Amino acid sequence: MSLAPFSRRSLIGAGLAGAGLLALPGCARVQAPARKGGGIRVATQSASTADTLDPAKGALSTDYVRHFMLYSGLTETGADMIARPSLAERVESADRVTWSFTLRRGVRFHDGAELTSADVVWSLLRHKDPALGSKMATIAAQFAEVRADGKYGVILRLTGANADLPAILSQSHFLIVRDGDKAPAGNGTGPFRLAQFQPGVRTVATRNPEYWVPGRPHLDRIELIAIADEVSRVNALLAGDIQLANAIDPSSTRRVEAVPGHAVLATPSALYTNLILRQDQLPTGNPDFVQAIKHLIDRKLVKRALFRDFATIGNDQPIPPFHPYFNPDVPQTVLDLDKARWHLKRAGLTGVRLPLYASPAATGSVDMASILQEYGARVGLNLAVNRMPADGYWSTHWMRHAATFGNTNPRPTADLVFSLFYKSDAAWNESGWKNPRFDKLLVEARGEPDEPRRKALYGEMQRLVHDQCGSVIPVFISLIDGYDRRLKGLRAVPLGGMMGYRFAEHVWWDEG
Amino acid sequence: MSAASAPRTMLSGLLPLLGKRVASALLTLLLVSAVIFTVSGLLPGDAAQETLGQSATPEQVAALRHEIGLDRPALARYADWLAGMVRGDPGTSMVANMPVREIIAQRLPNSLMLAGFTALISVPLALAIGIASAVNRGGKLDRALNIMTLSMVAVPEFLVATLGVLVFSVKLLWLPSIALVSDTSTWGELIRSSTLPVLTLTVVVTAQMARMTRAAVADQLDRPYVEMAQLKGVRFSRVVLAHVMPNALGPIVNAVALSLSYLMGGAIIVETIFSFPGLASLMVNAVTSRDMPLLQACAMIFCTAYLLLVLTADVVAIMANPRLRAQ
Repeated sequence: MSLAPFSRRSLIGAGLAGAGLLALPGCARVQAPARKGGGIRVATQSASTADTLDPAKGALSTDYVRHFMLYSGLTETGADMIARPSLAERVESADRVTWSFTLRRGVRFHDGAELTSADVVWSLLRHKDPALGSKMATIAAQFAEVRADGKYGVILRLTGANADLPAILSQSHFLIVRDGDKAPAGNGTGPFRLAQFQPGVRTVATRNPEYWVPGRPHLDRIELIAIADEVSRVNALLAGDIQLANAIDPSSTRRVEAVPGHAVLATPSALYTNLILRQDQLPTGNPDFVQAIKHLIDRKLVKRALFRDFATIGNDQPIPPFHPYFNPDVPQTVLDLDKARWHLKRAGLTGVRLPLYASPAATGSVDMASILQEYGARVGLNLAVNRMPADGYWSTHWMRHAATFGNTNPRPTADLVFSLFYKSDAAWNESGWKNPRFDKLLVEARGEPDEPRRKALYGEMQRLVHDQCGSVIPVFISLIDGYDRRLKGLRAVPLGGMMGYRFAEHVWWDEG
Repeated sequence: MSAASAPRTMLSGLLPLLGKRVASALLTLLLVSAVIFTVSGLLPGDAAQETLGQSATPEQVAALRHEIGLDRPALARYADWLAGMVRGDPGTSMVANMPVREIIAQRLPNSLMLAGFTALISVPLALAIGIASAVNRGGKLDRALNIMTLSMVAVPEFLVATLGVLVFSVKLLWLPSIALVSDTSTWGELIRSSTLPVLTLTVVVTAQMARMTRAAVADQLDRPYVEMAQLKGVRFSRVVLAHVMPNALGPIVNAVALSLSYLMGGAIIVETIFSFPGLASLMVNAVTSRDMPLLQACAMIFCTAYLLLVLTADVVAIMANPRLRAQ
């Protein structure tokens, strides 16, 4: 078998897997050994009757947490944003088109059945059924063929080369369910077994004593509930009714830390709220107008005033500074009223009136719009803030007007965020930006085996988006979790709050 | 109430009224369901779009629409739902893929419990405050109670709830800050975790009922028959309970019915703050996810509860007041 092209990742993964399955190497740094037992109650901010046990349909943080408790994936992405083998013992590809997975043997589903290639084939192919409504249908369209290769081997052929497949498969949506399971109801190979599930109310999971990773999980029981109201969530944490909560408001962090026994965990993430300037409409399609707006954003003010410094300054491209592929050579755009005025004059758009569509649905967008309006007035730009209700914002306003705000969740790879939101023919190419050079680089980078070369390609794409695209990204918003200090082992994973939604198998409870 | 022939018994007098009321209630429910169906159809987006969210492609939306039957004409969907309701089947939730009956069965007991506990505390409390206030009109007690009820009306419930949580949960650690009701919890746990929500709702509804009671009783106390009874030497407590109350009961039970009907659907703020899994938040959820069958079922329950309470109030008023019976 040729390990060469994917050697770096797969060798690291296989080596670690052999050395006691420390998929998250940081755990080794923790001083005290993990204690067994105990139960915690965890609250996320979102729950509804749409809550699901089907990984393919997961839409909200509560779903992701629930799915990572019950199911396991072929691969797993750690705090360093590198995907490693998980249920698959080895992941190999010679050309990054045809991938072969060798499954770990002796892994059992909660119902006792052994994990085989049939389960994996079923779990991956079901995303292609439009009636299922999988969130990953567009990604799964890249799967040209998925077939079993013996009882423990799976061959996955893609429509084109993609070096990121291991990272893509580490998302919660691609967790493995049982062969033939049309409506998965919790029967997975994950660290916890389902004890109770009421959509919109609670999920109770108990330790899976036969979990395939030795020594995990540490907790006996996790109750997952949702408290939609942020103030109530913080109160519940401080009152000791819950031990872990996500989506804490920056303004509540001082309150949490003031109460002994509680702390917050800030996770720098690639989450951003951006101003979308449609390139197919006027005046937003004018390149000088775009430049003017980019120079009108007071990024430091947005970071300080809106997010109390729980944010990272952005530079109008979606790769954050802590990402392995970040290009530090792209000059940072800063607030510069003279340049903005000059660009406006050059575009002949001084005094133009433009409504900005903002909504609570896009975090912080209403305040960002107000700040922009303020600075706009100083350079002779008449911006109006149209505050839209969160309900229905995405289907009726987002990308539908010349200037709207969007909100993009962290994606596991640079390729995904570029493919979904910046490629010329992407369904959510938010700004309608069309750049053939960018599209060519995107496809090239996807199949590029050489890491430094790949980083250079992504670097050029960041420059193109920064220079030309109509997506204005002031800051990347950090995710804040609040927790009881007796809960140990919690660390930041940039993929999302609560350790990228997979705290369940890593944390433990320590009364002392 | 305008039955021509004077009926001999209470029951036979009530029967035509009940029949008429039930018929008009059914008509009301039909109209309400039609209005809800039409108005929610005007909201942007449908269940398929809301389920798939921000990242949906047109093909996915079309496939899901077909799957849950949203590609059929609106009238056909409404007729289907109506036919189901006549058979007693509220249909299947478009979003949860569960029978609406099951979802409601999880939530309705919670809402009924919350409303029941609150009614149990607030109604006697309100009557006591109202009567005490009315018989002491102008006195110190009356003024004190007036100030109290007025400020209770004026303070919004989210403030009451949040202050309650800050004091009793965060500072004193006496009561849970969220209502953790589940099938397995014991009565003790149930009462402990619903104490704060019940107290908040009690504060909100008691004041209204107490003020109505005071007004109704005070109005009756001015009547000549009260003076007459007192001149005849009847004890004042007997005058109030046996003479005044039956006459004042009509407006009071109506106020009580209106306040209690608020406990079903209007408990949304309390349900949100305490993360209480009740019907009101379920209905809001159904609206935001455009889950028509679930929305309709919730609306029907709230509407029925309201109509039942108002009907009960009328019946009680008639039974308590012989003059109304004779009409």
